[in-house]
Amino acid sequence: MANEIHLLIGMTLVTFLVRYPLLAMSGRITLPPKLIQALNYVPPAVLTAIIVPAVLVEDNSLWLSPNNPRVLGALAALGIGLWKKNLLLTILSSMGVFLLWKTLSS
Amino acid sequence: MTMASRLTRQPQHEFWAGARQTIPLIVGAIPFGIIFGTLAQTSGLSFGGAMGMSAIVFAGSSQFIALGLLGAGTPLGIIVLTTWIVNLRHLLYAVSLVPYVKHLSQIWKLPLGFWLTDENFMVAIHRYRQPDPSPYKHWFQLGSALAMYVNWQLSTLLGLTLGQNIPDATAWGLDFAMVATFIGMTIPYLINRPMVATVVIAGMTALLARDLPHQLGLMVAAIAGILTGIMLENHLEKPHG
Repeated sequence: MANEIHLLIGMTLVTFLVRYPLLAMSGRITLPPKLIQALNYVPPAVLTAIIVPAVLVEDNSLWLSPNNPRVLGALAALGIGLWKKNLLLTILSSMGVFLLWKTLSS
Repeated sequence: MTMASRLTRQPQHEFWAGARQTIPLIVGAIPFGIIFGTLAQTSGLSFGGAMGMSAIVFAGSSQFIALGLLGAGTPLGIIVLTTWIVNLRHLLYAVSLVPYVKHLSQIWKLPLGFWLTDENFMVAIHRYRQPDPSPYKHWFQLGSALAMYVNWQLSTLLGLTLGQNIPDATAWGLDFAMVATFIGMTIPYLINRPMVATVVIAGMTALLARDLPHQLGLMVAAIAGILTGIMLENHLEKPHG
């Protein structure tokens, strides 16, 4: 299907043209120390900006309630992550709490 | 992720260490890939289109959003524009990597750029910032990237084939695995007040800005969080007296 090919090419181009050019030019770029310092905050800032709406927003409205299985799963991830500091364990137990709560509350 | 001390400084060791340390993130990505494959055909994407998207776009969250838009009959240009905005965050990743990849040839930079994802960046930047002087840390990034890539293709394929046979495969909400993974990746950063402030402000802004078009809220929230962190850090460093 021609449309599908256009879609794939378009999505590939815009994605690659965000990921690659700065790496390509990196040999000629010197970042000011202030900027390098600011970049330390990139990982937690981006991750949280993805996480929070994914947990709390359902059908474009806030769902802040213990009935929301994603809230329980997220709290489990936070608690176990801070306590055990083990990524795999955090992911698995968070998924476990999420699925358990989803099954119990449905 | 404190294996650096055990790494001998050889390319293949870095490569396999990168792949190994990506395993938890792979576990988190598998359900996401399966659901993508499962949803693809009901959203109007062909089998080849879905595999092709995972193979050459290789950007999970924008692939998901594209499915939703396709299913709603959104014009192609808008889907591409939305993909671009959703993936703008990789610009922040690329800037962060500049000091660590500048000495590499384009033969390295091109694939590292193509394979740059959230998970790959988080694992790689952690390795690059470790103080040991290994000259092969880009091999670590490559190992992690390839592990994520192969896994994404396989789980898309699984969704396209087996997903159809699982009743209500999408109703289980297994995409929550991505959220769990991202929370797990955020936690090691919560080591001081500026980092905590970054997370709080980024999260609140993401909620407030969620109605911005084309998922633009993500970038606004990320930048608000970064600025908060740097401002608080500067404020705390200033002598008070």
